Amino acid sequence: MLKGRLSLSTLGPLAALLVLIALGAFLNSNFLSSGNITNVLARSAFIGMIAVGMTFVITSGGLDLSVGSMAAFIAGMMILAMNAMLPTLGIGVPLVLAGMAVALIVGVLAGLTNGLLVTRARIEPFIVTLGTMGIFRSLVTWLADGGTISLDFEARQFYRPVYYDGIFGITWPIITFALVAVAGQVAMRHTRFGRYCEAIGSNDKVARYSAVKVEWVRLMTYVMLGMLVGLATILYVPRLGSASGSTGVLWELEAIAAVIIGGTALKGGYGRVWGTVVGVLILSLIDNILNLADLVSPYLNGAIQGVIIVLAVVLQRGKSSAEGR
Amino acid sequence: MTEILALRDVHKSFGPIEVLHGVDFALAGGEVHALIGENGAGKSTIMKILGGFLEPTAGGVLLDGEPAPYRSGAEAEALGVVVIHQEFNLAQDLTVAENIYLGREIGGLFLNHKAMRKGAQDLLDQLESHVSPDARIRDLPVSDRQMVEIAKALSRNARVLIMDEPSAVLTHREVQILFRQIDRLRAAGVALLYTSHRLDEVSHIADRITVLRDGAVVRRAERGELTEDGMATAMVGRDLTDIFPPRRTEFGCVALELHDFAVPPLVEGISLSLRRGEVLGISGLVGSGRTELAEGLVGLRPHGGSVSRSGAPIRIRSVTDAAKHGIGYLTEDRKERGLLLEKSLRVNLTLPDLPRFGAPLLSRAKEEAALTQAIADFDIRAPERGMEVGNLSGGNQQKLLLAKTMLPDPEVVIIDEPTRGIDIGTKSQIYAFIDRLAREGRSVIVISSDMPEILGLSDRVLVMRQGRAAAVLEGDEITEHALVRAIMGTRERTTEDA
Ligand SMILES: Nc1ncnc2c1ncn2[C@@H]1O[C@H](COP(=O)(O)OP(=O)(O)OP(=O)(O)O)[C@@H](O)[C@H]1O
Ligand SMILES: [Mg+2]
Repeated sequence: MLKGRLSLSTLGPLAALLVLIALGAFLNSNFLSSGNITNVLARSAFIGMIAVGMTFVITSGGLDLSVGSMAAFIAGMMILAMNAMLPTLGIGVPLVLAGMAVALIVGVLAGLTNGLLVTRARIEPFIVTLGTMGIFRSLVTWLADGGTISLDFEARQFYRPVYYDGIFGITWPIITFALVAVAGQVAMRHTRFGRYCEAIGSNDKVARYSAVKVEWVRLMTYVMLGMLVGLATILYVPRLGSASGSTGVLWELEAIAAVIIGGTALKGGYGRVWGTVVGVLILSLIDNILNLADLVSPYLNGAIQGVIIVLAVVLQRGKSSAEGR
Repeated sequence: MTEILALRDVHKSFGPIEVLHGVDFALAGGEVHALIGENGAGKSTIMKILGGFLEPTAGGVLLDGEPAPYRSGAEAEALGVVVIHQEFNLAQDLTVAENIYLGREIGGLFLNHKAMRKGAQDLLDQLESHVSPDARIRDLPVSDRQMVEIAKALSRNARVLIMDEPSAVLTHREVQILFRQIDRLRAAGVALLYTSHRLDEVSHIADRITVLRDGAVVRRAERGELTEDGMATAMVGRDLTDIFPPRRTEFGCVALELHDFAVPPLVEGISLSLRRGEVLGISGLVGSGRTELAEGLVGLRPHGGSVSRSGAPIRIRSVTDAAKHGIGYLTEDRKERGLLLEKSLRVNLTLPDLPRFGAPLLSRAKEEAALTQAIADFDIRAPERGMEVGNLSGGNQQKLLLAKTMLPDPEVVIIDEPTRGIDIGTKSQIYAFIDRLAREGRSVIVISSDMPEILGLSDRVLVMRQGRAAAVLEGDEITEHALVRAIMGTRERTTEDA
């Protein structure tokens, strides 16, 4: 069994990642420049943090379609709150910290809403989050009155370094993503919470009969995801300094795709956080390579990503049916 | 007698481990052949090979003297070789009728639901089953699922019918119905292969017996050649003396008390008290509310009435609450509610008591140590420690489940069907184990459809009938006669015995 896990389905995504890196380096000499690598990693960071949270939700048998809209909504709320607090707090660290707190709180509340609807009202996660996806999206559009919510210009200047700066040339989003990924991997493999997620996704009845607080654990996966969306937003807002109805569109699909490519079972029961990280990198590399090399039109990006997703799932199924014999 | 299906020097390995070592074996038309052996001896593996679900690593399967031309269960079934699996193979969300006709639906472009429902109903009537063809499998108790599985197999017009522990989840009455069907098929010339850990059934139904030990045939016998004791000895390779422990005589104070306990809609008005050091048997027909009572008690179902533990009133709303009060429950449905079949032994074992294995980080070493301990204590025979629990033999799954239930060290243990699918040698181990629990001052509730088990283990017996306490028997009152009378209610008894 262990051997089986180490084979195709485990190494598949990793091999694909290496092939992409080799391909990129071959096609464009700029590909391996630190500028480009930083660029790819920074773009991966937002989806990446969300996808790590999504891994837990999916592993425990859930799903969250609302994360893209949620990010837009959180960004809108955060900017509005910072603009409102500006006269009292003035421009400075307290304002930024207050904005961050707002983002995290809104994220947790949004996740809590999803989680409570799933666990308390016992509505299918697909339905719940399809609903909240629409709700968050339209709320932010409404808050922006159909346009864009912009952060005060000077506040934006002050907040900018959170996206662009870092230490040792590694920017904050990348550092945060790395920390989230490591923490997620440890949580999944070595803590009770991760074990419970896998048990619940594998068979929630068995988990309930084994004195696992099934509803609580499920609720926490959504709350944690909400918080990570908040965290991603905190790092995303300084990039543009604005939010609109089109912020974070399709992020949910990219996050889910990354999770699946990484080898987590969509039906739940088995989660692999480092796989998710690899999945995120694969998706952004494809995008990056298509933009750098004019082999294929960048407009075909979606098509290629789609092929990769289907391929990843087929590889996984090949493995499980071989084991089923 | 004509040989229909045979194995010639069959070897089977899973990965590096060989589990069958050169098995020769033949099934003839018009006879019932019983295959018996300890848990993990390889019975199910042989049956799966015969039925085309597994391929032998070496050796061959012969159908009518020719190498069997099928390479899958479906192809075998098309040639009349039908298997009733030990694990249920029913689609949980389909109805009974849909399951029975799965893969052979009646109708052209549009399904003929009416004909299928009617066909299913006829088959179920034949089995004297009250199950509705429209019921969803998910909603049925295990015994009914087994009857559906049997109905499905009967509908296949088999030449060879292979049954892997079909009676394990059935009550006495249902087993009798099954036996009538087996007699009918035998008379019609079908070759039947049967396995069971209930040796009385084997001596009753089998024309020929093959005994398997550790993947090799150790004994072949004709009807009447082997007594039940002889079978047990051949299976385990040593003499088995009385499998039940001597009775206990010392009891402590009351550990658990139920007053007017109810689990709507079925169970009502149950009052009982359980002392430390006592084994309380709960007997009754399937559907009499025994499992509902237990599940209510551990907070898996909404319940009414009052419960007190060592004299203090308690409220139990979930298994977690029950565990906090030192009450553990072993479910009767080990595949759906007991074990995570895709996970390893370690993950399954430690699930109910994970906080013990370290916080915030779990200690893998501690978990492995607990597994080593459990494997030793419960004599779990796993070819590989890291294997998926679904690949353990049925009996070894049951032992793992027992180990898992005992891990949090409960003081009150409720065991629903402790020895379902367990071989006679292991049974006596488990009985000794239950006895030890009681002697340590714990209280044990044993729910069982196995009459000798209830008789041999219990200090007191609660008999349930239609959700109510029909009788409580104590000490010398616990006789087979009294038990049967209480289970059936005196009036129905005559018809049941006929
Ligand atoms: N897919 C598998 N992978 C690895 N080992 C397996 C697999 N299937 C069965 N085994 C092992 O083969 C041995 C024989 O198992 P089998 O299920 O045939 O036993 P059995 O005689 O039917 O036992 P029981 O009475 O408990 O049902 C067991 O040790 C079991 O763990
Ligand atoms: Mg078996």
